[in-house]
Amino acid sequence: MFRNTYDSDNTVFSPQGRLHQVEYALEAVKQGSAAVGLRSKTHAILLALKRSTGELASYQQKMYRIDDHVGIAIAGLTSDARVLSNFMRQQAMAERMIYNRPIPANRLVSSIADKAQVNTQEYGRRPYGVGFLVIGLDKTGPHLYEFSPSGNSYEYFATSIGARSQSAKTYLEKHYEGFADCSLEELITHGLHALRETLQQDKELSIKNTSIGILGPAGAHETGVPAQGSFRILEDEKIDVYLQSMVPKELEAPPITAPPPTAGDVDIQMTDN
Amino acid sequence: MPQTRSFDPYTENGGTILAIAGQDFSVIAGDTRQSEGYSIQTRYAPKVFRLTDRAVLAVNGFAADGNMFVKKVKQRLEWYRHAHAKDMPLRAIARLIQTMLYAKRFFPYYVYNILGGIEEDGTGAVYSFDPVGSYEREACRAAGAAQSLVQPFLDNQIYFKNQVPAPGTTHPAYLSLPDVLSIVIDSFTSATERHIEVGDGLEIYIVFAKTRDLQDFETIRAKNVHLIQELTVAEDGERIFVLRRDLKKD
Repeated sequence: MFRNTYDSDNTVFSPQGRLHQVEYALEAVKQGSAAVGLRSKTHAILLALKRSTGELASYQQKMYRIDDHVGIAIAGLTSDARVLSNFMRQQAMAERMIYNRPIPANRLVSSIADKAQVNTQEYGRRPYGVGFLVIGLDKTGPHLYEFSPSGNSYEYFATSIGARSQSAKTYLEKHYEGFADCSLEELITHGLHALRETLQQDKELSIKNTSIGILGPAGAHETGVPAQGSFRILEDEKIDVYLQSMVPKELEAPPITAPPPTAGDVDIQMTDN
Repeated sequence: MPQTRSFDPYTENGGTILAIAGQDFSVIAGDTRQSEGYSIQTRYAPKVFRLTDRAVLAVNGFAADGNMFVKKVKQRLEWYRHAHAKDMPLRAIARLIQTMLYAKRFFPYYVYNILGGIEEDGTGAVYSFDPVGSYEREACRAAGAAQSLVQPFLDNQIYFKNQVPAPGTTHPAYLSLPDVLSIVIDSFTSATERHIEVGDGLEIYIVFAKTRDLQDFETIRAKNVHLIQELTVAEDGERIFVLRRDLKKD
């Protein structure tokens, strides 16, 4: 699949109709540490695993505030992330200046998707090496989007990106039907369980390596959140109360919608118990 | 006869602004009339704006430049928030305003700015600017159409100029909030009497330091419940209120 003559130039298709440079860019996103996003009827949240180069080093920032109503989590090349998030901030501010309103989140995501697409079609330019999970809040409620360096963007109920993100996706696929009616605390607990699935064998989530981004009204453990529920990032000690709410690793996280199996039944019986 | 074309980019929109610094509070006020010549453009065009929970900017002169300048200052404060995850301190905002104004030294914003609020050390502050960015921290300043009527009154009442204290006493270093509010309201009602470009309405912004006890303000608030609105966003920090009153409309 790799190491052939069609993968150096962005502007050359392979005989299979692929752009290898773009696919290698997607690989850069997969190498970044995991980020998870999910939403309910009232809130949209992001959870991210921060990496550090060693015990003495600080942990890499994974989340950025774009505007009061938009936040992002990143996976991939941090430098590309800074540049793109700067662009998103400019777009958000320009929209407020020109149209006197907060930019709709889907329009913001489309604007970076279009920007990323340019780098997949111009000679001499390389694709961005970073993917985003974007949460936004507008009149129609909370939203979650994934942006990838291919220039594609999709809206999701829940998703994840980065290293071992498939494990998180499996958890989310199992439980997502119950998310819509979750409280903020329940939603965060689900997100942490999903994020935990991406960890390697001997690692665990801690206040040092976890970031939570929230959009929507203040939760039970929060203070100082403005009424409209502006985007905020929780880190360090503030996370502890949510980490405590997780079910310990040895036990399975209980599914919300599956009823307990009745003993001895082979066929499902329609009785009023 | 040679043809001439001209572009006259500026006009004067009247109005007056005023700010007074207390020990642990700051008051920034402006009338709401916007005029051009002998006409009134509107009876309600705000000239005083909240920048952060501890900074308020009043702009006077050419309204289009004033409104645009406030928007641009707010954008710069937003970039600061993105970079530092906190609000800009007041004296930093003052210096920022200087650099923004001087950047247009050769096509200036025709705006007289007065910035008021609470410094990092919790004291009340007032900074006043000229259109190209010369600025200074002061105890009080009036600007605009009725500046020549109001500033001398302030010099006498705030700085106690040409006043001798009663024997055995000294002038107070700072004035109380009720005294300052009375001075502000009397300044504007008097200016309205004698200056045609001042009137219609008055908006007074009051910014309190974090540590200040709000008891004396609560008694004022109780008497003027419909006229006072709180604008504070964050908890546990400075608090900011706006008090609206009518002025004569003639």
